[in-house]
Amino acid sequence: MRSRLVSLFAAASLAAFAAGATAQTVKIGVVLTYTGVGAEFAQQIDRGMQMFVKLNPNAFAPYKVELVKRDAKNPGGADAKTAAQELITQDKVDIITGVIYSSNAIAMEPVVTAAKKPFLIMNAGTAWITNLSPVIARVSFSMWHAGHAMGDAAAKMMKAKTAVVGYTDYPPGKDSLIAFKTAFEAAGGKVIDEIPMGGPGKVPDFTPFFQRAKDRKPDVFFVFVPAGDHAVGVMKTYGALGMKQAGIRLIGPGDITQDTKLQSMGDAAVGLITVHHYNANLDNPANKRLVAAWKKEYGADSTPDFMAVQGYDGMAAIAHGVRANKGKLDADSFINSLRGWKFDSPRGPISIDPRTRDIVMNEYLSELTKSGGRLVQKNIGTIPAVKDMCKELRVDRCGK
Amino acid sequence: MRAVLELAGRHRLRAWEALPWAAALAAFFVFPNHLAFGTQLLITVLFALSLDLVLGYAGIVTLGHAAFFGAGAYTVGMLAQHLGWNEPLSSLAAAALVAGAIGLASGLVLLRTHGLTLLMLTLCTMALLEEAANMGARYTGGFDGMPGLGFQPLLGIFPFDVLFFRSQYLYALAVLFACFVVVRVLVYSPFGQSLTGIRENLLRMHAVGAPVRARLVLAYAISAALAGVAGGLFTQANAFVNLAVLGLDRAAGVLIILILGGYGRLYGAFVGALAYLLLEHALAKAYPTAWQLGLGLALMAVALYARNGILGIAASLHRRLGGRRAA
Repeated sequence: MRSRLVSLFAAASLAAFAAGATAQTVKIGVVLTYTGVGAEFAQQIDRGMQMFVKLNPNAFAPYKVELVKRDAKNPGGADAKTAAQELITQDKVDIITGVIYSSNAIAMEPVVTAAKKPFLIMNAGTAWITNLSPVIARVSFSMWHAGHAMGDAAAKMMKAKTAVVGYTDYPPGKDSLIAFKTAFEAAGGKVIDEIPMGGPGKVPDFTPFFQRAKDRKPDVFFVFVPAGDHAVGVMKTYGALGMKQAGIRLIGPGDITQDTKLQSMGDAAVGLITVHHYNANLDNPANKRLVAAWKKEYGADSTPDFMAVQGYDGMAAIAHGVRANKGKLDADSFINSLRGWKFDSPRGPISIDPRTRDIVMNEYLSELTKSGGRLVQKNIGTIPAVKDMCKELRVDRCGK
Repeated sequence: MRAVLELAGRHRLRAWEALPWAAALAAFFVFPNHLAFGTQLLITVLFALSLDLVLGYAGIVTLGHAAFFGAGAYTVGMLAQHLGWNEPLSSLAAAALVAGAIGLASGLVLLRTHGLTLLMLTLCTMALLEEAANMGARYTGGFDGMPGLGFQPLLGIFPFDVLFFRSQYLYALAVLFACFVVVRVLVYSPFGQSLTGIRENLLRMHAVGAPVRARLVLAYAISAALAGVAGGLFTQANAFVNLAVLGLDRAAGVLIILILGGYGRLYGAFVGALAYLLLEHALAKAYPTAWQLGLGLALMAVALYARNGILGIAASLHRRLGGRRAA
C-alpha cells in the first residue's frame, strides 16, 4: 500500500516538474465539490468552464491551459484546504479557482495568500470573502447582488408597501434578509415580519412558516432558500395555502428558480417574480450561443444555469489575466489586470470592480410564465451594473 | 499459567512499537509537500484513539463523539477570536478541559442507558451542540465559521507554517505521542482492566463490587478530553473552525476508521486512519468525481471478510503462521 503510493506520488511530482518545464502551459487548479450534495453544482461549473474553452478555442493563445481538478468533498473546509495546499505545493499550479461553498473559500484563503497565487472564486457567495485577501477576485455574485436589487425592485417596480421575509437560517439566508430589508426600507417599504425557516441541511415542512406569513397579509413575501429541492417545497406550499389567491405575491432571488429545477416546480410557480444575474432565457447573442452549444453537447433537456455561466465567465477572466500578463502569473499582476476588466458574458455585460475585486453585473427581474407546456422565465426588467452593496454601504464585515 | 503470564506481560513495550513513530518522523523528511495531509491524518489518529478508549475498551457504543472534537475545536477558536487567547499549548489544555467537562456532564446522564438508547442519545447530544453552534453565529461564526485565526508561535519559537504545515505536523505528532502514552498507560492500568471487564461481563463486574458507572463516566470524560485535544489541534493547524467539526459525517467517519483498523487494540486507530485516509486521498486525487465508488467497495470487502478490521487480519495471520507459541 505504502510503496504503491510512494511511486504514485513520485510519478505525480515528476509530471508536475515536466509540465513546469514548458513555460507556455498555464496550470489552473480547480477545487470544486465534485461529490456529495454539491456535485450537481460542480458539474454545472465544470461544464461552463469547458464550454468557454470550446466556444473560444483561441482565448488563451499562445498559451496552453491545463486544468488540475480536485474534489473539495464537502463544505467542511479541511479537504478543500488540503486540496488547495497540494495543488500549490505538488502540482505547482499558477491559479486557484472554483469553490462552491463559502466555508471552503474561507478555509482555503490563508494557503493561497501565503503562496501569493491568484484566487478566482466561481461561486461562494458570502459577501465579505473578497475582503479577506487582495489575492481574491470573484466572478460569481454575493448574496447582496440579488437581495438588494430585489428589495429595490419590490418597492419601486412592483409598488409593494409591506413585505414578510422567510429565509433559511444560515449565512446566505441572513445575508439575503439584510440585503433585501436594507434596500426595501430605503425605498420606502416596510418589512413587517422575519421568519427563519430551518437549516439548509434538509427540506422542512414550510406550512407553519407560510401560514404565519399569510396571516400578516403583506404585499409581497420574499423567500430565500438554497437552490435545489428547497425551492420545489416552497412552490408546493405556496400553492397549497392559496397565498396567490390571497393576493400575496411570492418573490425571491433566482436561487429558487434555478434553470435546472424549473420544470419540477408545478403550476403554482407561474407568476413567481425573481431577481437574478442569469437565467437561460436571457436574450443576448452570447447566451443564445452558449445555450445552443450546451444543448448540442449535453442533450436537448439539459440547460446551463447561473453556476455554469459563472464557470464560463471565470475562464474568460483567467484567459484575460493570462494574456495580459504574458503568462507570468503572480497574484498582484493577475488581480491588477482584472481590475476594471469588462466582458460580454451570457449574463450580459459584466466587469470587475477595481476597488473591491468583486463582480459588477446586471440583475434581471423575471416572471415565471408558461409557454408550450414548459415553465420559462420572462424578463420584465433590468437593473444595470449592480455592485455588491454590502461593500458599497459598508455593512458590518463588508466595511473592512 | 501461560495465559496469566501473557496477561501480566501485555503492557510491556515491544520493539515494533517504535515503528509507527519512526515512520511518522521519516515522513516529515520524505514528503515535505504532503504535510498538510499528514497533519489531518495525525489529528484523525488522535480522534480515533480517543474513540477507541470508550468503544474498544469500555464498550460504550457512541455515534456522537464529534461533539467533543467540536467542543475542543470551538473552544480554541472562540478563545483566539474573542479573548485573544492564542497561545497554542494553553488553549489546547483549555480545549481538553471544556470537552472533558462536557463529556463528564453528558456521561453522567447518558451512561445510565446502554445499547441503542445510548447510541441515539450520543447522537442527540452532538446534534444539540451543532445547532447551538449554528444559532450562536455571533460567537461561533455559524455555517461559514471563523476565518483567519492566528496563533502565537509554538513554545514562542516555531511559527505556524501556513503553506507547508511543517510546524503543525511536528506539533500534532508530539501531541499525539503524549496522548498515546496516556492512553497506553491507562488501558493497562487496573482502571483499564476494569473497563475491559465491564465490556466483557457487566454482571460479574457488578457482582465483584466494581463501581461500574463511575468507571464508565470517568472513561467517557477522559476520552472526551482527548477528542477535545484533537479538535483543538484541528483549529490551530488549519486556522479556521466551522460547523463541520460537529457533524455526523465526522462522528461516523471516525467510527468507520476505528472499525477498519480494529478497535480495542490501541494501534487500530493508527492503522485505520492511515489506510482509510490514504486510500480516500489517493483515489480522490486520481478520480475527483468517482473516488467514492472505490472507497465504498474497499469498505464492503472489509465488512464482509475482515470483521475485526485490518489488525484483526494481521493477528489471525500471525496465529496461523507459526505464532502458536504466543497462543
